[in-house]
Amino acid sequence: MSVPTNLKYSKSHEWVKPEADGTVTVGITHHAQELLGDMVFIELPEVGRTLKQKEECAVAESVKAAADVYSPISGVVTAVNSPLVDEPGKINEDAYSSWLFKLKPSNAAELDGLLDAAAYTKLVENEDH
Amino acid sequence: MLKMTPLNQTHRDMNAKMVDFGGWDMPLHYGSQLDEHHKVRQDAGMFDVSHMLPVDIKGDNVRDFLRRLVANNVDKLTLPGKALYSCMLTPQGGIIDDLIIYFLSETWFRIVVNAGTADKDVAWMLKQRDAFAPHLEITPRRDLAMIAIQGPNARAKVWQVIPGSQSTTEELKLFQSTVVNQYFIARTGYTGEDGFEIILPAADAPAFWQALHTAGVAPAGLGARDTLRLEAGMNLYGQDMDETKNPLESGLAWTVDLKSERDFIGKQALLDASVTQQLIGLVLIDRGVLRSHQQVVSQQNGVEYQGEITSGGFSPTMNQSIALARLSVQIAVGDEVDVLVRDKKLRAKVVKYPFVRNGKTLV
Repeated sequence: MSVPTNLKYSKSHEWVKPEADGTVTVGITHHAQELLGDMVFIELPEVGRTLKQKEECAVAESVKAAADVYSPISGVVTAVNSPLVDEPGKINEDAYSSWLFKLKPSNAAELDGLLDAAAYTKLVENEDH
Repeated sequence: MLKMTPLNQTHRDMNAKMVDFGGWDMPLHYGSQLDEHHKVRQDAGMFDVSHMLPVDIKGDNVRDFLRRLVANNVDKLTLPGKALYSCMLTPQGGIIDDLIIYFLSETWFRIVVNAGTADKDVAWMLKQRDAFAPHLEITPRRDLAMIAIQGPNARAKVWQVIPGSQSTTEELKLFQSTVVNQYFIARTGYTGEDGFEIILPAADAPAFWQALHTAGVAPAGLGARDTLRLEAGMNLYGQDMDETKNPLESGLAWTVDLKSERDFIGKQALLDASVTQQLIGLVLIDRGVLRSHQQVVSQQNGVEYQGEITSGGFSPTMNQSIALARLSVQIAVGDEVDVLVRDKKLRAKVVKYPFVRNGKTLV
């Protein structure tokens, strides 16, 4: 199981990386891509869209199923990883470099409510049993 | 407790992701479903299909019994070893199962049925046997395993593994079978590629699987099996048809013999049926993925028709989404329809299937 310690995690299997410029980068976890299998379709939010925490904002579809991606925190979308749309399989190769979108947080305190690597690992282990 | 095939431990040893498939513990994939799909289209892959059930029917005049039992005409089976695809129907014309019948001799036919329907199929066969041919012996063969080896190089790799098999199986045409030692070898499959389906004693299955793997045949799971059969335009029981649907509205009219004098269970219902729906192919024009149960809406001369996708998914060969859908017979090949995907309407084109055969895209 691959859970980088420098990232934060949501219970709905998104990873969050706080950047030096105050934005955060969001993707789906290694565990999430493993559950879904080979990814074949990604739909990203529009740049400039305002998201609430836990709002559906992207879609990740694999050979097996469609999964909604939820915004881990509230904020405004400042960038999306457009090349990923043509190569969704990159998420299977490396879920943590294959980011989906960047947010400018509107309530930085929400970051503190996310899971750290240890707590996320525990969540995944409990799911497996 | 899930049922296991003789290859269960083999799959686990090969790091398969196992899933509950209708009560069977089966491999979904061994790492990448897409890689397995491409391997079958371009080279050779193998599937454990031992959850399916061979049923042997033996005794005098088996053929007479089958004339009545199934919708296709077993009189088409003249050469020993020849196989026939057919539906087995309820008196109302609903599909109990789709199956393959092998003609081995006038006193021995073998029928291979789906896993999920095996119990009800055997019960139905026994009931018909008791009523119309009580002298026949019907034996479910859970002592056998079945492995499908599929792909352009599949047959050549089997020949490497089973000594002496090339000379006896090279001349087999599609839907023909023969026996080589303990192996029952049929040139059939569920992928749209060349290959064999091989039935063998359960105890021999793990060693045979390993030998095929050593010869370069890639293990492939149920995930790839589903995308391959969808591209090949082959129906999946329980999804594209069931007991509430008849063959005429399931793209299977070609498997029903309504012309001969022969009476079979469900025949009268089919003759009386007015067919308003058809099974037809869709190719998605917009971006997205078609899935089973999505609703399809189309306009034809100002009239709105509702339909439903029965099997949908991403086609790895075509790199776009395709589906089988049950639509009004008013809808024709070349029309465009809307598919409701979450909160959006996506545009799709109506096509004739199969989508892919022998590695080539046809639509």
